[in-house]
Amino acid sequence: MDEVIRVEGLTKNFGPLQVLRGIDCSVSSSEVVCVIGPSGSGKSTFLRCLNGLEEASGGRVLVHGISVHDNSTDVDALRSEIGMVFQRFNLFPHMTVLDNITLAPTKVRGVPLEKAREQARALLVKVGLLDKIDAYPNQLSGGQQQRVAIARALAMQPAIMLFDEPTSALDPEMVGEVLSVMQTLAEEGMTMMVVSHEMGFARRVANRVLFMDEGVLVEEGTPEEVFDHPREERTRRFLASVL
Amino acid sequence: MEPILWFGWFRADIIAEYGVMFWRGLQMTILVTVICIVQGTALGLAIGLARLADARHSPARQICRYLLRWPSTVYVSFFRGTPLFVQILLIHFAVLPLFINPADGLLISGETARSLKQNYGAFISGILALTLNSGAYISEIFRAGIQSIDRGQIEASRSLGLSFARTMYHVVLPQAFRRMLPPLGNNAIALLKDSSLISAIGLAELAYTARTVAGAYSRYWEPYLSISLMYWTLTLGLAWAVKRLEARYGRGDTR
Ligand SMILES: Nc1ncnc2c1ncn2[C@@H]1O[C@H](COP(=O)(O)OP(=O)(O)OP(=O)(O)O)[C@@H](O)[C@H]1O
Ligand SMILES: [Mg+2]
Repeated sequence: MDEVIRVEGLTKNFGPLQVLRGIDCSVSSSEVVCVIGPSGSGKSTFLRCLNGLEEASGGRVLVHGISVHDNSTDVDALRSEIGMVFQRFNLFPHMTVLDNITLAPTKVRGVPLEKAREQARALLVKVGLLDKIDAYPNQLSGGQQQRVAIARALAMQPAIMLFDEPTSALDPEMVGEVLSVMQTLAEEGMTMMVVSHEMGFARRVANRVLFMDEGVLVEEGTPEEVFDHPREERTRRFLASVL
Repeated sequence: MEPILWFGWFRADIIAEYGVMFWRGLQMTILVTVICIVQGTALGLAIGLARLADARHSPARQICRYLLRWPSTVYVSFFRGTPLFVQILLIHFAVLPLFINPADGLLISGETARSLKQNYGAFISGILALTLNSGAYISEIFRAGIQSIDRGQIEASRSLGLSFARTMYHVVLPQAFRRMLPPLGNNAIALLKDSSLISAIGLAELAYTARTVAGAYSRYWEPYLSISLMYWTLTLGLAWAVKRLEARYGRGDTR
């Protein structure tokens, strides 16, 4: 299968604090990988290293064979291939929903405005928010904002989507609408890497689950393997604490 | 002209007699203020960005520190740490003759320099001093405005593939600008009032006009009270304009 991301011996230090201690993994096209682990284990840092928001201290991250952290790499071009959805949405508050979505395609890819708008409308239909096209982010609920954020990332037609706890800032009644959009994406064959505490989602949608603790990948496998028959003691303890 | 007395003491005829001069002075004050607001804002943006410049890799990292951050910090410190009045005198009597001098000007010399200095010397020095001074203050406004924008905004923009410059232009500055409007307005008002200091080097703006009139008649209430009212009207107008701008650019703001 086509490999989208390959991580080799990735380490990351914040000063004396070693947050990632040598991570190896790869994600193939159309695969959905869920990353779980206790708070502070380095999940966000890991995800942020994948698109170069965070510098790596050691090791390599290859996206379609191109090294993210090489000085000679055009990191902007690379990032436009990697969609990212944040815990706190991070929509641009001074722009309407439509402008949030069309900004990157028009400015980075040079897509004509009319075409970008057409595509934005299609994406809004997909996330069920066409009626909010002219709203400003502060006029939307958290769940709606997150769905717009997903549409915004999709507008760049990325090869992979990274989600960093996309539902943990949401009120419980809004979690479902965001997860169902993500599930649809997965079913359409989008390559995804999802950091989440939603074990139900991981079980339903993920092809593979990675358990991370103290900066290392402790265990990986299918959802059944990791959730039902964890091999490692640390995995068992973590699952016992969250389920 | 017959003395005209208002309220039994205010010699309105003096103001009427020098009406044209006051009008010219008012125009000069407004001209200087507008030029300095525009130039000071552009300079302030550049200096503010220079103070925030940083990079991950050498040599860009060293360039940012020694060629951008360090000089801009010294610049801001100097212009905020010394009196504007002294800056005006320093620039008019020491710096400008270095560059524009009939004998050996570094920029312009000879006859052009002589006439330029004669006719526009105070204007050039005044604008230069006020621009440099307000640029220092405005850079601090820009810096604080830019730093007040949530990091998540920058990360979202960069993760979409927008370059640093585009992120600044489309995401950070529009949001920062809104928060900067009130302090920028205050700064514009300060600039308008500070322009009166340029009268010390002989620029014929409002304060200079008042001094001239006061000297001619040995009357002080009339000219100084009149220009006070003019300054007051102008600052009220500026404050109103800033309010309007705030209302207009406030859309979508959550904070
Ligand atoms: N910019 C930073 N500077 C210093 N330390 C940091 C920085 N970012 C993260 N850390 C530290 O790195 C460690 C891992 O953080 P990270 O956010 O990756 O954890 P996480 O697994 O995502 O946790 P959570 O589930 O709470 O989101 C934490 O101890 C955190 O304090
Ligand atoms: Mg996290």
